[in-house]
Amino acid sequence: MKPSFRHRPLDWGRANLFSSPANSLLTVLALALLWQLAPPLVGWGVLRASWGAGDPETCRQAGGACWTLLTEKHRLMLFGVYPYEQHWRPLLAMALFVALLATSANRRFWRPWLAALWLLTVLGIGILMWGGVLGLVPVETAQWGGLPLTLVIAVLAIAMAFPFSILLALGRRSDLPAIKALSVGYIELVRGVPLVSVLFMASVMFPLFLPEGVTIDKALRALVGMTLFTAAYLAEAVRGGLQAIPRGQFEAADVLGLSYWQAMRLIILPQALRLVIPPIVNQFITCFKDTSLVTIVGLYDLLAATKAALNDPGWRPFFVEGYLAAALVYFCFCFFMSRYSQWLERELNRDRR
Amino acid sequence: MAAPIVELCDVNKWFGAFHVLKDITLEVAKGEKVVVCGPSGSGKSTMIRCINRLEEHQSGRIVVDGVELADDIKAIDAVRRRVGMVFQSFNLFPHLTVLENLTLAPVRVAGMAPRDAEATAMALLERVRIPEQAGKFPGQLSGGQQQRVAIARALCLKPAVMLFDEPTSALDPEMVGEVLDVMSGLAAEGMTMICVTHEMGFARAVADTMVFMDEGRIVEIAPPARFFDHPANERTKRFLGKIIGH
Ligand SMILES: Nc1ncnc2c1ncn2[C@@H]1O[C@H](COP(=O)(O)OP(=O)(O)OP(=O)(O)O)[C@@H](O)[C@H]1O
Ligand SMILES: [Mg+2]
Repeated sequence: MKPSFRHRPLDWGRANLFSSPANSLLTVLALALLWQLAPPLVGWGVLRASWGAGDPETCRQAGGACWTLLTEKHRLMLFGVYPYEQHWRPLLAMALFVALLATSANRRFWRPWLAALWLLTVLGIGILMWGGVLGLVPVETAQWGGLPLTLVIAVLAIAMAFPFSILLALGRRSDLPAIKALSVGYIELVRGVPLVSVLFMASVMFPLFLPEGVTIDKALRALVGMTLFTAAYLAEAVRGGLQAIPRGQFEAADVLGLSYWQAMRLIILPQALRLVIPPIVNQFITCFKDTSLVTIVGLYDLLAATKAALNDPGWRPFFVEGYLAAALVYFCFCFFMSRYSQWLERELNRDRR
Repeated sequence: MAAPIVELCDVNKWFGAFHVLKDITLEVAKGEKVVVCGPSGSGKSTMIRCINRLEEHQSGRIVVDGVELADDIKAIDAVRRRVGMVFQSFNLFPHLTVLENLTLAPVRVAGMAPRDAEATAMALLERVRIPEQAGKFPGQLSGGQQQRVAIARALCLKPAVMLFDEPTSALDPEMVGEVLDVMSGLAAEGMTMICVTHEMGFARAVADTMVFMDEGRIVEIAPPARFFDHPANERTKRFLGKIIGH
């Protein structure tokens, strides 16, 4: 018998859109809403939009979306005030970062050498961005900005906060009262304070405690602030996973003579962490978006750089286009993380029928 | 008689204010099979869990293969290396394959070469008659198969003593036999075994010594013939009447 391809869309529609009177009503309402919204959006974003090179005047005359802004200003938005003729460096750094993340995403590569690869790549990115060696013009972190800064802070904060959070979670469940108290105290303290104030403390108060003449880079302080903040939240997610592991698993590890760290590393954490992939990735995504708050300590992340690009009086009216573009970049990264976590969950839970 | 391989002497244990083990004294010779039974909550699990320090006793002496269990970590490690344990709920590691479950401790704790550990593991899987399941995950096996894997895992470190805590109570009735068969085979090879179980057929066939516990005390110790046919203690009689009568 020939499969009836022609009826497929109809069947699909019946099953998904009109399966009950309430669903039919919702479908009709949604269609009506689309009907109202789509034409003006398409008119603004496509039909009347200005593309390619140009100036604000052409945009104003066209009356639609001003994508010209992106053509003219994308380098400022992406790289901030990093010296213009050196933009290949942050671009290359980002490419390295993406390659590193792509490698790390593959489970086959979860071997000790991956940590070494991380160190090397981060070192390479540091050299690229800072310069000062190998004939590269030195660029201070105050001049870093845009997407590379967002990526550096987000990825490094996540990469450092994750192991730290595991130690905190283990500490919170420790039998040793001092370690337990320290972990609980830290987690509760940090969770009780908004990120903005942690960043302020890291950037304003922290230097006060340093001896005279010693300064720590502003970006580094923001990175430390983000790390410390994220770790506290991650620790609670990890603890949730630890609590879900039955006591029998700990006992079986004990009976086989595994040490505490062996039991944690080989038995408990692999099971606990895969249980809490969703809240962990949730926290990663939050951390990525929260990097936009580093602007309050005077760093030009992607959002701040976009804002700076819109400071030009001629372009100012087209802020919607600028922020839409920035939002799209944030969305791409966050969406990727979310899809990756779903894939990873399926991949790791193959042993559960 | 040679020195006992497991020796408990006036062992007492409290959970908070609750006196769970009262003056437990028990000697197990090398190669001896001891079956422990008694009503629920009488302290059977707690007693055998004290033998490998899953529970800590508060007074008395526990000596395993010449090593006295004290707070000393080294002693605990030494004892755990000599004692294998099988739990009621299997406690296999669900994220590792059957083979990985078996090779983990030999490689990580005993420092065996992975290849040798795998050979040993496969030989043990043959012995518990499931070599074809080596590559599967525990969740893909039946309860009886899982418990046999757990026995093989405990044997991987070549223990001198095996502890079993109700190894068949979590199993469907049709799987109890296959696990008891493996245990009987082990007994026939001369393993020293301490089993908490209510499988009285198994006990009668395999045990050298029956131990009856009630309310934290060892009430009766006797060879199975006398234990089943002429129990000395009133409580033993009542208990046997209950579980054999049904
Ligand atoms: N960790 C614990 N804390 C407090 N009380 C406990 C703990 N473990 C066991 N008990 C109590 O100690 C008593 C003896 O428990 P145990 O598990 O040794 O009994 P059992 O003879 O093995 O019983 P069962 O046949 O039900 O397994 C029980 O009353 C139990 O409630
Ligand atoms: Mg018990």
